[in-house]
Amino acid sequence: MDLFEYQGKEYLARYGVPVPEGRVATDVPGARSAADELGYPVVVKAQVQVGGRGKAGGIKVAADGAELEQAASAILGMDLKGHLVRRVWVERASAIERELYASFTLDRAARLHLGMVSAEGGVEIEEVAARTPEAITRRHVDPTEGLGEDDAVALAQSLGLDAVVTGRVAALLRSLYTCFVEGDADLVEVNPLVVTADGEVVALDAKVTLDDNASFRHPDWQVFAAAAELDPREAMAKEKGLNYIGLDGEVGIIANGAGLAMSTLDVVNQAGGRAANFLDIGGGASAAVMTAALEVIGADPAVRSIFVNIFGGITRCDEVARGIVTALERVTLRAPIVLRLDGTNAEAGREILAAHQSDRLVVQPTMLDAARVAVALAAEGGN
Amino acid sequence: MAIFVDEHTKVVVQGLTGGQGRFHGLRNRDYGTKVVAGVTPGKGGQDVDGIPVYDTVSEAVARTAATASFVVVPPPAAPAAILEAAEAGVALVVCITEGIPAQDEAATYNRLRRDFAGTRLIGPNCPGVITPGACNIGITAGEIALPGGPVGIVSRSGTLTYQALYELTRQGVGQTTCVGIGGDPVPGTGFIDCLAAFEADPETKAVMLIGEIGGSEEERAASFVAEHMTKPVVAYIAGQTAPAGRKMGHAGAIVSGSSGTAKAKMEALAAAGVSVASNPTEAGERMVEVVRRLA
Repeated sequence: MDLFEYQGKEYLARYGVPVPEGRVATDVPGARSAADELGYPVVVKAQVQVGGRGKAGGIKVAADGAELEQAASAILGMDLKGHLVRRVWVERASAIERELYASFTLDRAARLHLGMVSAEGGVEIEEVAARTPEAITRRHVDPTEGLGEDDAVALAQSLGLDAVVTGRVAALLRSLYTCFVEGDADLVEVNPLVVTADGEVVALDAKVTLDDNASFRHPDWQVFAAAAELDPREAMAKEKGLNYIGLDGEVGIIANGAGLAMSTLDVVNQAGGRAANFLDIGGGASAAVMTAALEVIGADPAVRSIFVNIFGGITRCDEVARGIVTALERVTLRAPIVLRLDGTNAEAGREILAAHQSDRLVVQPTMLDAARVAVALAAEGGN
Repeated sequence: MAIFVDEHTKVVVQGLTGGQGRFHGLRNRDYGTKVVAGVTPGKGGQDVDGIPVYDTVSEAVARTAATASFVVVPPPAAPAAILEAAEAGVALVVCITEGIPAQDEAATYNRLRRDFAGTRLIGPNCPGVITPGACNIGITAGEIALPGGPVGIVSRSGTLTYQALYELTRQGVGQTTCVGIGGDPVPGTGFIDCLAAFEADPETKAVMLIGEIGGSEEERAASFVAEHMTKPVVAYIAGQTAPAGRKMGHAGAIVSGSSGTAKAKMEALAAAGVSVASNPTEAGERMVEVVRRLA
């Protein structure tokens, strides 16, 4: 789960990372009273999960109440790179002396934690990595040992700051690392990490990605989840406990297994179509899960055909076929279904389905044939 | 010969008394796997369909000489279960648990690497490992596998592994061992571990590698193939059309910025001389051709 900046800053602050004082607001009067409380000048920042907010007009400085209202009304409701701005974060403006970069994540290749700092903050770190890789200092941390004082100091010293500020950066890095580990984050990134005119170090932005697998020990994350701006299709799928990701195409996808679902997207693309979604219903493919899956896909107005791709392993294809028949009795669909059923007891499964075949339910023996038919039906449905 | 497991492997199932543990543990035994014990704290002295249950893994090992463990416990308990097996001296731990927090997984992996170098972990979040006709630990449907080789399979995905087994079996092409390394960010056993083992196994003549988006394991596997492998490798990478920044079902299947794309992986593998198929069916067909040419 990706946090908004305001949530990320609140999360970092819990672990002792210094952040500027601020408030979140959803309308202009709310922004105004937040700014009046904080004291001017303030910065008004659009809360959307997309990079380059500043250049797109999503971040403005306000020196007084009039400017604040102008800025907040310009930003709230704006379309920022395809994201509707519903909230702004209003914070006390910082006197920025230097812009740095700091992050912790997992280095999957090394299977170790990776800390990264750079004196070139305020720009995308991937840009820095491409242009001047030597400007980034990396340090691996063994998760069984954690980030030691010496690790934090070594990272901070690479930034070329004076001794006092270096000490402050090292302390911030240790807090940031604690947030990463104890806070169960996949990524904590502060860009820019600023040094102010009076030598304070502050996280001026926060990018935090939480590990959904750890939500069982963080009941407080429900607040973050509630504020998440889900695609309506994804919200519906989430309610039904399905593993669904909305996409832009016209072929609805249901598959059992994450790898097979990804593969189904690929073969639809190779057949000249585009998938409307990713949906993994897991190994079982029971009638109840299949019903929920068809309901979610059936509610997507962009869907012109539905490709159900099932490989029967432990769950035999005859059981799957009976589940599909039951599900089809429960759900009314506009779009035709193309079904590929293969694996254990595939013949028996196809026999069960044969009685139910029509122009609304087509059974195909292979994944590639099914993809071609689903794409062709989607094209017809679009005319 | 095979890799990691064979007819001598003796398995203790951690979580045998749970619903999933019982279901898969008994299936594994029905397949012919030597399932010698179960472990559930507090349930020592019971049995599951004749399989004795012990309170601890070390007790199970002392009584039954188990050499491998099958971990089927919920995510909060899985890291401790894996370490308990390692402490008891079990050489192979197969963990199918999905949903272990990445921080726990990274810590567990590094604990094993530092303190229990003699223990190999397969998984978590994997279908397990099967040497057809000899030993099946995990959730693979044994009936779709064909004993006798000559193909070794290593995969990050469960259903695509089944698909690969099925396509080969249907064509009469058998498998030596099939390893599901799992879809999490920190797998205990990676592609390279399996490629090296298959390269060293005289019965394995060719290897099928099934990867997916996320991380750089496939790129590293490509370098290993180029430098160390003499046996032909056929590969398929799932997620060629996956959007960036989204976890595609598996915790580890995510394109982050410009890294972890299927395209980069496919290019690296092709450059290493691997035959890269564009879909799983084609991968099966290519492997059948490879095997026919070997014969």
